[in-house]
Amino acid sequence: MNAPVKTVGTSVKRTEDARFLTGRGRYTDDINRPGQLYAAFVRSPHAHAVLGEIDTQSALDVPGVAAVFTGADMAADGVGGLPCGWQVIGKSGVPMKEPPHPPLAVGRVRHVGDTVAVVLAESRNAAKDGAEALMIDYDPQPAVVHLADAGAPGAAQVHDDVAGNVCYDWEIGDKAATDAAFEGAAHVTRLDLVNNRLIPNAIEPRAAVGEYDPADGSYTLTTTSQNPHVIRLLMCAFVLNLPEHKVRVVAPDVGGGFGSKIFHYAEEAVVTWAAAKVGRPIKWTAERGESFMTDCHGRDHVSTAELAMDADGTFLGLRVRTLANMGAYLSTFASSVPTYLYATLLAGQYRTPAIHAEVKALFTHTTPVDAYRGAGRPEATYLLEKLVEKAAREMKMDPAELRRKNFIRPDQFPYATPVALTYDTGDYAASLDRALELSEYATFAERRAASEANGKLRGVGFSCYIEACGIAPSAVAGALGARAGLYEAAEVRFNPTGSVTVFTGSHSHGQGHETTFAQIVADRLGVPMANVEIVHGDTNRIPFGMGTYGSRSLAVGGSAIVRAIDKIIDKGKKIAAHMLEAGEGDIEFKDGVFSVAGTDKSLTMGEIAFQAYVPHNFPHDKLEPGLDESAFYDPGNFTYPAGTYICEVEVDPDTGHVTVDRFTAVDDFGTIINPMIVEGQVHGGVAQGLGQALLEGCVYDDEGQLVTGSYMDYAMPRALHIPDYRFDFTCTPCTHNPLGAKGCGEAGAIGSPPAIINAIIDALGPLGVDDIPMPATPHTVWQAIQAARASTAQAAE
Amino acid sequence: MYAFEYHRPSSLDEAVALLTSDDIKLLAGGQTLIPTLKQRLAMPDALVDLGRIEALKGIRTEGDSIVIGARTTHAEVAASEEVRAAIPALARLAGLIGDPQVRNRGTIGGSVANADPAADYPAAVVGLGATIHTNQRTIPGDSFFEDLFTTALDDNELITAVAFPIPQAAAYEKFANPASGYAVVGVMVAKTAGGPRVGVTGAGPCAFRAPALEEALAGAFTPEAAKGVSMPATGLNADIHASAEYRAALISVLASRAVAAIG
Ligand SMILES: Cc1cc2nc3c(=O)[nH]c(=O)nc-3n(C[C@H](O)[C@H](O)[C@H](O)COP(=O)(O)OP(=O)(O)OC[C@H]3O[C@@H](n4cnc5c(N)ncnc54)[C@H](O)[C@@H]3O)c2cc1C
Repeated sequence: MNAPVKTVGTSVKRTEDARFLTGRGRYTDDINRPGQLYAAFVRSPHAHAVLGEIDTQSALDVPGVAAVFTGADMAADGVGGLPCGWQVIGKSGVPMKEPPHPPLAVGRVRHVGDTVAVVLAESRNAAKDGAEALMIDYDPQPAVVHLADAGAPGAAQVHDDVAGNVCYDWEIGDKAATDAAFEGAAHVTRLDLVNNRLIPNAIEPRAAVGEYDPADGSYTLTTTSQNPHVIRLLMCAFVLNLPEHKVRVVAPDVGGGFGSKIFHYAEEAVVTWAAAKVGRPIKWTAERGESFMTDCHGRDHVSTAELAMDADGTFLGLRVRTLANMGAYLSTFASSVPTYLYATLLAGQYRTPAIHAEVKALFTHTTPVDAYRGAGRPEATYLLEKLVEKAAREMKMDPAELRRKNFIRPDQFPYATPVALTYDTGDYAASLDRALELSEYATFAERRAASEANGKLRGVGFSCYIEACGIAPSAVAGALGARAGLYEAAEVRFNPTGSVTVFTGSHSHGQGHETTFAQIVADRLGVPMANVEIVHGDTNRIPFGMGTYGSRSLAVGGSAIVRAIDKIIDKGKKIAAHMLEAGEGDIEFKDGVFSVAGTDKSLTMGEIAFQAYVPHNFPHDKLEPGLDESAFYDPGNFTYPAGTYICEVEVDPDTGHVTVDRFTAVDDFGTIINPMIVEGQVHGGVAQGLGQALLEGCVYDDEGQLVTGSYMDYAMPRALHIPDYRFDFTCTPCTHNPLGAKGCGEAGAIGSPPAIINAIIDALGPLGVDDIPMPATPHTVWQAIQAARASTAQAAE
Repeated sequence: MYAFEYHRPSSLDEAVALLTSDDIKLLAGGQTLIPTLKQRLAMPDALVDLGRIEALKGIRTEGDSIVIGARTTHAEVAASEEVRAAIPALARLAGLIGDPQVRNRGTIGGSVANADPAADYPAAVVGLGATIHTNQRTIPGDSFFEDLFTTALDDNELITAVAFPIPQAAAYEKFANPASGYAVVGVMVAKTAGGPRVGVTGAGPCAFRAPALEEALAGAFTPEAAKGVSMPATGLNADIHASAEYRAALISVLASRAVAAIG
């Protein structure tokens, strides 16, 4: 028999694309149930107001409206608040403040878009009519919107019992050692920076369908989620107090998440609860405007950073102070983002011996902020890589060489950073060297001169990022305050005729798991890919899984599958030993064939599977029928993808317009299963990073109204903004998971913003511009040029 | 959307007869009106769809002008051999509007009637000295745009065509808003028998001519002459995307690029 061709490491076309590209995907909004009602959520037009009377009759009078519920109705049923899954303990052991977050507001509204009531009606339009007719008495109050104001004395209070709006005031690292490092420093580079607030904008808006079956008291929630089990757990245990076995949560095809579909949202709980109240299925699909207002936003940090160096540029210490905006309520993972996913990454790729970071998280009257592609790691990378590049300018050193000088060297792994993580492996110089070569850095000066001859300014910028993926080892996560262990589950089930169904607790919403996971299974079990089906997204079908975020699916979810496969092979060996009348220890498994060592006796995987389900003569005291194994994989450590991004921009000094002319990405993701999918992930990630760097910025006015509430004002990256990438990999396999894989989903968004901004600053350097904020819109760049010209002119006078 | 009556007349007379109140709206490509309705920002009693009126369609040359029927789509103008030969800048402008879907539905009549301060066509209407033909009269392009979303059209007056005199040469330069794709500033520069004309959109409440630039270009039709004009920022639009000063600077820069493109 010919062994099936190995697929791991090859760019197999995506299995799921046939469905997606022909419009046969099945998304939550495609699901309709007989007799369903449509929900319209009534949302606060005020950033902050005291809620007075809600005259539900005004909406009930509208034709087609069946029911109206408010926060009081939910409270009367004992419904709890939306929980936060990660506790942060601040300085001197003070735990973070967790103010209640009722699914429908009680007493007060705290951001524009805050959910006040739900109107259920026979049609979507009737529900909207009802929502519009609902009379609500608001008493508007002063709002605090911007981070810089939130902690100021006399600032409006978001929650009565959260003094000064401080959710937590946290620190990491050795303050005394860091202070000492600064005292002895020959040079200190300082930087103030803002990490701009982003609105996620998955192409599929959030949606939810709630159903209740009075026959057995069971509930089904179909929802746009990255992690259906987590939603079921949180909703059952904290919000609706329902028994988990009576609740099924399904996340069917999901059109992009980027983090925004991790969290447990009010609408999910409301449609589930209300379905039982009215005895009819309830469907809700967000309109784009609702997505802008209510999908959790990302980033929104204000920081100061200082890097201490000795005279030759060796890093001695790093000091960081960050304010992080939590928005009006604490979303599911919000607290972990500016702490454990941010400050722990501040060592970057460098040997900085002393680091101290303080993070103060503040509430404001804005949409909650939580994880968004990269979650904390883009903020850390932007800060560190912008700071290092500034240091290189100040030290008059080549930015690549300053980095190289401070890299953790390959012989220093495992490397314990001063901020809690231990990197297992890496070769940072290898990525840097390859990126320098691929970007033709050596001939940059020629291109700069050519641009100048055309009246344009050219600059080059670097970013040597590191990130921590595969969230999260339970032991580490628990020690850091996570209220769950973030392992992953898998089940590999052979069918009698030799095909395989794999159930994974991770969830695919653009990542291509149906392909990548099938490649692993096919190769390891020696069955054709076409005979492998990957199932995810339904709590009634899959084992308890943690879902997909933090680039964890392959490293953690894939490893769980490998563990289950190993068990399948062990079981197969037992069956083969029995069938071939050999000792178990003599059975070898290779390329889908079990054979007795040193003989020509063998059975194929398919034959074994068949025997497993037709076990006529199994010794049942020793050998159970069936070929179906599950595994839970809890990683031993995070994985640490790293790489070098080099960006070249051309700036039009007359308009401020920035063109990304060249973008080089060299990533070390460890072992790669499907290079095409990985490259696609980097393309998308860099596009998102480019969006943050050049285009995207959420703007609230001083009253807390969302100014960038539609695509008329919120700029998303489009094809025309994206350059042709120059792309390559280096590889140091992850040392602690069976695949050697590290994760690739977020790197592009993490590594790219500082490379782009550093390139713009480099381009504008000759004009005297020394900083550019994100997003570097043409207007922003033009203003910086004007300001620099004005100060140069002034200096000349 | 709120409920409304829907009419689809097949002649101009029928359409005009249906326009009996301000709460009855004309529907052309729907690229502005339909999103407005979907967001419940307008509540018309009825829509009169111009889609079946043949007399409003098509592009023809009449004497020294290109006459474009109100119902002609942006895509049709962009692709028209007649327009590309006579006023390539106009075809280019139409091709820069929105995206292919918008260009395939949106019409010149709808765009001009809507008078969005950031729309592209108004720069051509003013910059080329077009004439707006309505069911009642003709209106000179120079006095057509009055203010933000306000034109010289009377209630119930309907644009039938826009006539563009063919210039000696012209060029349109647009600085697109990265979010919406509309013009932060758009400048149409034309060389005509009566001297240079400069039409500006995006910068002010509605499209306008820039006499300072026209004078400078009458002196010397060079990019440097245009760039040397420093436009005042007073009265120009300011929003999160661009300050008035930035828009003022862009006018001169874009005008100079248009002049360079004319060569
Ligand atoms: C995503 C998007 C991007 C866009 N980008 C751009 C851009 O870059 N540049 C740009 O210029 N525009 C842009 N537009 C607007 C587009 O060009 C519209 O097509 C145009 O503004 C309106 O034309 P319409 O035919 O769709 O008119 P409709 O939306 O049908 O009507 C608009 C208004 O004009 C009135 N009207 C229509 N026809 C007539 C008539 N013959 N006589 C009198 N009144 C009439 C209607 O009653 C209505 O009030 C964009 C639109 C969208 C949706």
